[in-house]
Amino acid sequence: MKKKVLAMLLASAMVLGLAACGEGGAASTDTASAPAQTEASGDLIKVGIINNDPNESGYRTANDKDLKAMFNEANGYDAKFAYSMKNDEQISAAQGFITDGVDYLLLSAADTAGWDSVLQDAQKNGVKVILFDRTIDADPSLYEASIVSDMAKEGQTAVDWLAGQGLSEYNVIHIQGHMGSAAQQGRSGALDAKVAAEANWNIVAQQTADWNAENAQQIVQSVIDAKTPFNVIYAENDDMAKGAVAALDAAGISHGVGKDVIVMGFDCNKWALEELLKQNWNYDGQCNPFQASYISDIIKTLESGGSVSEKTIIMDEKGFDASTITQADVDNYGI
Amino acid sequence: MSAKKKIKTGGIWKKIVGNQMFIPVLAILILVIVNLIKDPSFFVVTMGLNNDGFPVLSGSLISILDNGSELAILAIGMTLVTAASGGQDISVGATIAVAGSAMLRVLCGDNPRPTATQAPVILAFLVACLVGMLCGAFNGALVSAFKIQPMVATLILFTAGRSIAAWINNNELPIVPDPKFAWFAGCIPGIPIPTSVFIAAACIVAIMLVLKFTNLGLYTQAVGINENSSRLNGINPTFIKFLSFVILGLCVAVAALIKVSRISTINYSVIAKDIEMDAILAVALGGNALSGGKFNMWASILGAYIIQFLTTTLYRFKVDSEARPAYKAVVVILLVVSSAPVVRNYFSQLTKRFTSAKKEVA
Amino acid sequence: MNEKRILEMRGIDKTFPGVRALQGVDFFLNEGEIHALMGENGAGKSTLIKVLTGVYTKDGGTISLQGTGEVQIHSPQDAQNLGISTVYQEITLCPNLTVAENMYIGRGKGQITNWKQMNTDAEKLLRSLDIPAKATQQLASCSIAVQQMVAIARAVDMECKVLILDEPTSSLDEQEVEKLFGLMRDLKSRGVGIIFVTHFLDQVYEVCDKITVLRDGQLVGEYEIKDLPRVQLVAKMLGKEMDDLSDIKGEGGGYQGKDSGEDVFEAKDLQSDAGIKPFDFHIKKGEVNGFTGLLGSGRSECVRAIFGADRVLKGSVKMHGKPVKIAKPIDAMKCGIAYLPEDRKVDGIVGDLSVRENIILALQVLTGFFKPFSRAKANAFADEYIKKLNIKTASADTPIKSLSGGNQQKVILARWLLMHPDYLILDEPTRGIDVGTKVDIQKLVLELASEGMSVTFISSETDEMLRTCSRLVVMRDRKVVGELSGDDLTQNKIMSTIAGGESKA
Repeated sequence: MKKKVLAMLLASAMVLGLAACGEGGAASTDTASAPAQTEASGDLIKVGIINNDPNESGYRTANDKDLKAMFNEANGYDAKFAYSMKNDEQISAAQGFITDGVDYLLLSAADTAGWDSVLQDAQKNGVKVILFDRTIDADPSLYEASIVSDMAKEGQTAVDWLAGQGLSEYNVIHIQGHMGSAAQQGRSGALDAKVAAEANWNIVAQQTADWNAENAQQIVQSVIDAKTPFNVIYAENDDMAKGAVAALDAAGISHGVGKDVIVMGFDCNKWALEELLKQNWNYDGQCNPFQASYISDIIKTLESGGSVSEKTIIMDEKGFDASTITQADVDNYGI
Repeated sequence: MSAKKKIKTGGIWKKIVGNQMFIPVLAILILVIVNLIKDPSFFVVTMGLNNDGFPVLSGSLISILDNGSELAILAIGMTLVTAASGGQDISVGATIAVAGSAMLRVLCGDNPRPTATQAPVILAFLVACLVGMLCGAFNGALVSAFKIQPMVATLILFTAGRSIAAWINNNELPIVPDPKFAWFAGCIPGIPIPTSVFIAAACIVAIMLVLKFTNLGLYTQAVGINENSSRLNGINPTFIKFLSFVILGLCVAVAALIKVSRISTINYSVIAKDIEMDAILAVALGGNALSGGKFNMWASILGAYIIQFLTTTLYRFKVDSEARPAYKAVVVILLVVSSAPVVRNYFSQLTKRFTSAKKEVA
Repeated sequence: MNEKRILEMRGIDKTFPGVRALQGVDFFLNEGEIHALMGENGAGKSTLIKVLTGVYTKDGGTISLQGTGEVQIHSPQDAQNLGISTVYQEITLCPNLTVAENMYIGRGKGQITNWKQMNTDAEKLLRSLDIPAKATQQLASCSIAVQQMVAIARAVDMECKVLILDEPTSSLDEQEVEKLFGLMRDLKSRGVGIIFVTHFLDQVYEVCDKITVLRDGQLVGEYEIKDLPRVQLVAKMLGKEMDDLSDIKGEGGGYQGKDSGEDVFEAKDLQSDAGIKPFDFHIKKGEVNGFTGLLGSGRSECVRAIFGADRVLKGSVKMHGKPVKIAKPIDAMKCGIAYLPEDRKVDGIVGDLSVRENIILALQVLTGFFKPFSRAKANAFADEYIKKLNIKTASADTPIKSLSGGNQQKVILARWLLMHPDYLILDEPTRGIDVGTKVDIQKLVLELASEGMSVTFISSETDEMLRTCSRLVVMRDRKVVGELSGDDLTQNKIMSTIAGGESKA
């Protein structure tokens, strides 16, 4: 009999709990009060970091390393990390961090949509949210700051550089990243606009290689096989540029500074910058993964009672030219 | 005996249409004709020099043979797995990452940017084979001994494989310093045909020899069709299923060698992405039942090259990036549906009716 | 159309690649009639039934029904809507649903809305047909016979005019068969026309009114049961004057095996995980013996234990007097033991493989993984046995699944004979196959024994056992309860041994 009563109680508790979750989860998380838990961990600032899988790319690996180097006990942080490339998993991780009572939630969202309710939750519980790398579709009042790269600007810098090369004719093989991603849209946009505007700019081939070197190699191979002339390869990341160069090498087409084909890449992988240094490639656009210091600055400002003047902080990003790059650049900016 | 009156209606024609190779060969022919009409230069193969100054053949046909190598090799293993277990291994892309990562780990050691290779390539390749076969053995054990559905069993490595690959090299992306390593996918100086083509050919010859000089084919098919009966005839079905996964693991290691050699480095998240689907598709395009049982190895291999032929053709026609998967889907639907037994039966009946009608007229 | 005639099939043609399965076959069925459809395997019975039930589309001919005239049947659903219902040998119901649910699901018109009503309706129908099952009982908990009856009840309730029973009795024991016949007679009195397909001659003569005989896809004739003595029926089915049957019977006490000589195989205290009690067993060179007992008494389990088909728990075995270890089928094969399993479809044939591959399979496995036969050798083996056993197949390349049951069985037999075993185990080699093949197999067994092979023979038909075996091991409740040989080999003696203590008391 006792068991039955207990089961009934449990069941009704679960039903109530579910109902509470349905209302945005506010009721259920109220019980785990945030301050009580922060006191337990001493003077350290508790941060919960939600990132994409570090294996996703060299960019992400560098990004994760940078964050780990900043957010540790030596620098006065008690940091917890959660990785996922799926939005729903990230959201439940965020909920977990809020329940744990973190002071700051650092977020690189997999997807732009679906974050409103969990961020409202965070606000109610006094958790401050800082976005990095990627923005989301939510009311800016729900987060303190957003530190991002401006992909369109990266694209524009690259296209401006290319225009500065003063070729009489631009026949471009455009190798795109995964269609619809922010990086692809930003980096494609600038080139598309330029080609539409200038009579001597032509797209020879425009294909997605899904960030994949071998696909890029096949795309360039098919253009070579078709004997279509081209003099620029605009690849939206370093891997794809590398694949493209493999195809050029196999076909005996010269590339690099002062050669037949201009090779352009993005992300500033160390090995890519070395190719620049060897004059095999011509240009590499930076996509700055080092957001940790920016974030830390904001947290320090907020902790000392200050406020952030600008919500969206766009990071400095460079474009490297093979004719001017130095070993120091490779060491400092290579990821 | 009198019931077995053979009906000879359009004998040769029926024999051709009824052959399992008919649809894949027809598909190749159609692709050839479409390309001939659109741009005959598709078939031009020219001799040129590569950037190292050595002669190489180039042209779309060479590209197809070159880039189709990995898929053809994987199709071999996938055919055996499909036949024996009646299911598919969806982890081959991820295990290519694992085997490739292991190979790089041996070649580059702890340092992701060594100035010279730390071990001979052959050792690295053997380690990769071992790792590939271990992955296969893991999948195979789950399927054969624990009777887990192949797709579910291989889902484990499908999900975890790329993270394991990254873990093997501590998330670093090693680059092989020796330019000779690129020879496995590119051309060996003096030989104008990409090495990958030879590797694929060697694998095909090897499996054909194995099928000819062992009973692998008979055992695999018997197990796939009727496991009970195979056991009562002295075959060990558990072992045969396990073996098919291990062979696929070996195929994965060879494919990984080519894939990694193409760029002398690795990208764990995108290397051989979605290749498992293409490998399964190759088996299906060959007219082999995905529910296991009888198989035709040549048809699967041809299926792999059809997929590459199609990809190269779509690149060549500069089909819009967004539209490319749709084109591929349409072609695949046509091929798979037309090689489905139901449709084939219908057509053979149609031909029969047609030929008998012709006879009546005559 | 005759007033009483409810079904008329005229000039039915059906051709499959390579075989004309039916050629201008006529079949008529009257109201309140039980009509046997007879013929050897491959005669076209199944094809005719499948044409009638819409599984196959006929190539020619007409089908007419009482009231509706000529009809086109394109699918089993069409057939059902026209009042033609079929109950197959294998139960096609859902074992995990209740009896009532099985009777009412998927019935096309309307959904089950009132479960109570459904259960009472079902209960009523079960009572009226005198079927010993409860409406709310799970189907799986009923015996096979009752399941079959439920399937019939389902068919009857769909207001069927034509009921087809395709080998319904092959997995039933005698009592169950009697119950089924009661039900059939009941339905007959209600005016249902029943088409009864079976291999059991006794049953035909017990329950049927008329017989239609098919042979090689052609109609032989339609007969009143009283006008056709058994011998004649068999002769018509086989298309020749049969004296082979009487030949064997003429031998009386069956083959008298050599009582002397060494034991080829000997088992002591053998037990497998299939639930049989430990048993001792031996067989001499050139001897034919058998296991007998009721269905489920453990006959098959014993021979499976000998062959290592089930996991052997304990016991010792000797082959030619030398101790051997048999843990897996391959071990037994290496000792020269061959086993033709009870269930041909599940354990015997490898359906999609060709007749040739099916024939060479066992010997090939025994020869070794690295020593495949050449094509020429495989062909020679296949051709030899196709001829020897008179296997009817378009060619050695034909997939075995497209052969008739009896011919499939011959292929499996060929597979084991090719191995030239010292000891051959045949578990129900004659089940579900035609009379001609049955006789062939019995003769073959005796022939093999006279050449020195030892054979263990299991059959549900005691006659057959008596004709072939010189010694019978009798089983009851998964235990060996007796051994009969010599003058003890009579029906009565077997019955009383099977019945055991109860009958004596």
